[in-house]
Amino acid sequence: MEPIIIEGTPKTPTVKFDASAGIFEIKGRSIPENSVEFYKPLVDWLDGYKEAPLEKTVVNIKLEYFNTSSSKCILDVFKKLEAIHKAKNEVEVNWYYEEDDEDMLEAGEDYESIIRVPFKMIEIVE
Amino acid sequence: MSFDIENYFKDQGKNNVILFYKGNVDSDVINHVLDTVEDKLVQGNEQSRLRKKVYNVLVESLQNLYHHVDKVPPDFDDQTSERFGMLTVQKVDKGYKIITGNFVHADNVGKLEEKIKRINRSSHEEIKELYKFILNHQRISAKGGGGLGLVDIARKTGNKLDYTFREYNDDYSFFCLNILVEEGDHV
Repeated sequence: MEPIIIEGTPKTPTVKFDASAGIFEIKGRSIPENSVEFYKPLVDWLDGYKEAPLEKTVVNIKLEYFNTSSSKCILDVFKKLEAIHKAKNEVEVNWYYEEDDEDMLEAGEDYESIIRVPFKMIEIVE
Repeated sequence: MSFDIENYFKDQGKNNVILFYKGNVDSDVINHVLDTVEDKLVQGNEQSRLRKKVYNVLVESLQNLYHHVDKVPPDFDDQTSERFGMLTVQKVDKGYKIITGNFVHADNVGKLEEKIKRINRSSHEEIKELYKFILNHQRISAKGGGGLGLVDIARKTGNKLDYTFREYNDDYSFFCLNILVEEGDHV
């Protein structure tokens, strides 16, 4: 599978989905007005990956800001990962948040409570 | 019945205004406002926690305008803005006030007010649960909104949503949302 590599902009995150390494990363800011337009290709790509995933998939989410419109799209990404996990493959989500950013920690905990995939909350200390 | 929107809006927040905007709320305007306010928060040496909260709430307020404003009344002086909104960002004692103003068609007032009242009678814990419920169960609407903006604002600020509807004419009200974002714990 071709990897997805998208450079970040002030309103959209940097994305690196590497199927051959099983490492997926979303990093930066995700505050576009139209988040579906941005996330749909990622969700579609995961549908493809889901057909033949690696034994272990690691997902790193390092968001500084995300808007509520992105929050639904990020949930769609996680739902694909949940399906991969359900099919007896290892999936691990590392949810990064900056020191003192309790809102970002809580957002990670929201997903953790909805999605049946192991989450690790990782504080970034500057 | 119609009244001077601008004066009325400016009365909602008068001192230490760091940004005022009125007009079309499109993607470029949102970018510009976010950049300007972010710079001012950095210049003002605000704690990163407050900076992030203000930024987040500002994103949601602007995108609420972007996704949800109704058309302006036919006698209103700005007929060219597709999405007319007003915004004031004001420095206050322990934080910032973000005030938005927009027209709401009379048919939509009841629904919006009901939504706000539901949020305002909820505890912080209930708001958290409401957020998760909407996140998990509601699809993104045709307008592009997720239905989470106001819930998110209430959750992040920990404050009740302070709002007014003022009747502009039989068909329209002018809606002001006055959001206080403060330092410190809200839980």
